[in-house]
Order: sequence, then structure tokens, then C-alpha cells
Amino acid sequence: MEHVDGNALAGPLAEFFTFDVTTATGRCVGCGSIAELARAMVYRSGAGTVVRCGTCDNVLATIVESDDRAWIGFRGMSAIEVRRAPVVEERPA
Amino acid sequence: MSDGSAAQVTALGSALQAVPRSGWHVATVAATHRETPNATRLELDVVGWPGNAAGQHLDVRLTAPDGYQATRSYSIASSGSSTRVVLAVDKLPDGEVSPYLVDDVRAGDMLEVHGPLGAFFVWAPVAETGDDRPVQLIAGGSGVVPLYAMAHAHAGADDPTPFRLLYSVRTPDDVYFSDELGALAEASAPLRLDLVYTRRAPEGATTPAGRITREALEAAVIPAADRPRVYVCGSTGFVELVADWLVGLGHDPRSVRTERYGGT
Repeated sequence: MEHVDGNALAGPLAEFFTFDVTTATGRCVGCGSIAELARAMVYRSGAGTVVRCGTCDNVLATIVESDDRAWIGFRGMSAIEVRRAPVVEERPA
Repeated sequence: MSDGSAAQVTALGSALQAVPRSGWHVATVAATHRETPNATRLELDVVGWPGNAAGQHLDVRLTAPDGYQATRSYSIASSGSSTRVVLAVDKLPDGEVSPYLVDDVRAGDMLEVHGPLGAFFVWAPVAETGDDRPVQLIAGGSGVVPLYAMAHAHAGADDPTPFRLLYSVRTPDDVYFSDELGALAEASAPLRLDLVYTRRAPEGATTPAGRITREALEAAVIPAADRPRVYVCGSTGFVELVADWLVGLGHDPRSVRTERYGGT
């Protein structure tokens, strides 16, 4: 099965998260590396999706979907860093 | 505060708007155009489309009469605030979605699209990001689509950032956006175009057709010493080969952004 990468998670996960998950960074519990989810490797099949660390191949997350719900597991990630949109301050000219 | 800071604040505001919220939309096919013998360019009118950044993608969902659904991701060749969205789709021999989009879709047909998607594989002008490092784009086959969007946005913004596009393609007939790329290379925004032909080179070419080599890559990309931002898009095999070579040539892995579309 030819894998793709975490960019492909943008659409499926936009159904459940209000932020773009592909630019969120996660720490792999396998090797400790921290990377944007877009840099992970993604293996898809009829059964579901497996997301693996781009550095050590550890399973970071699994996604299984049915018609009316989804099961999203983050078994291999110890933290996810999500950037808030910065507050743009009005400054006098 | 100086005018410069005010301009910076304004630029930051527009950068935030550059990646709008995604959603499902109904797209009407406005025009189709044979891009290459194996690919079609689709111009879609998408009511409610919030605009998109250069390099983003969308998902197309087709529903069969029996309710069976198939969803596939396609890079967007256009960018900006327009609700006219341009795709260029390559036909995969055993595909469920691409043969329909390439051979059967006609103007007036409707599609379900979800997007814009992804904020990782995107480029925005230096006026918005403040990042003035040179940009190296590397495309394998139909992987050129999001990179063409970046080069087009670069020219449209008359952005001074040095751009270079290395495009690996089977034959001269398989080049996407052939006329447009030629015109972009002549525009005032700096773009250098390098083509590598893997199956058949044009007549009079000095380099015979063949797979790209590490040496050819090194000769045709901005050197690591110039700290370029690099965007690589193509088949999984192409992207991983090129990304490994880039790191071996001294490029910072954090400055190399990749997008893999899978097999072939």
C-alpha cells in the first residue's frame, strides 16, 4: 500500500476539529521528535487510517470512520501544540 | 509608530485571512480544457468559496446513484479571493474519481468540494510573511499543480523573492501549464524554470531523457548555503527520493516541505 503524508488529513479531520490539524505540531512518544502533523506518514485502507511518525515510524494516531461517527485515537502522541491566531493590535500611526 | 509598523500590522492581518475556514461547497464546472493527453484542467465556480492560499488543496466527493461515495484530494492551481477555482487532474488508470473528472465532466456539471484545505504546504508573498529567503519548487509530474499556484501568486504579487522551479516530467507533451509557465518565467517577479524529461526530451535537447539524478538535482536547485525554502510535490517515491537527496546536500530538513500524492 503506497502511503501519503499528513497533508491528506486536512480534509478528513476538518470535519471534527476547528483548527487546521496539519500545521499543529505533535511529540512522538516513540522517539521524542516534534513535527507538524503534515510531516507524518499516512497509511489508508478500507478499515481506516494509520498515522505514523516520519522519523521513527511509531504509530501516532488512528482514525476509523463510519457513517455516523468517527473513532480518533492519539496513542503515540504525548502533546499537540496548536497555535492560536495572533491578536492583531491596533497601533497609532 | 512609523508607517512601516502600521503596514506590517496590515500585512499580518491579510496573512491571517490567507488561510480561510474550510467547508463543503457545491461547485459548478464552468469550463474544461485538455491540459495534456492524460489530464484535464477544470475551472469551477464555487458559491461561498472563501478564497484560498497558494498551495492549498480541496477534496472532491462523488456520490453514485446507490449512495456509494468516493472522496479524493486535488491541489488547487489558483489562489486569492476568487470563487473561480482551477484544478488540473491527472487520470489514474484504476482510479475511481479521476477518470470521471478527466474524461466525462462537462461544463454545467456539479461537484461537491471541501476546502480550502491544509495550511502547511502553502506560500504567501514576502509582504505578508516577512520571509525573504529564496524559494525552490520541485515538481514530479502532476505534483506541479500547487507549485504552479505558488509561482503564479509570486508573479501576481510582483514579489521580489528569487524563485526556481525544477519540474520533472515524462515528455514535452506532459507539461502542465506549459504556456503559463513560459510567461511566468518572463514576468518581472524572478522565476527560473528547469525541466527534466524522464521518457522523451524535446528535439535538440542537450540532455537525454532519463530519471533525475542526485547530480542533476544539485545542479538545478538553489544551493543549501543560500538557505532556500523548498517545496517538493509529486508521487511518494519521487518526493522521498528528492527529500533524502536535499538533506544529503545540506538542506535543513525543517526548510523542506513535502506533499506526497501516493503511487505512480
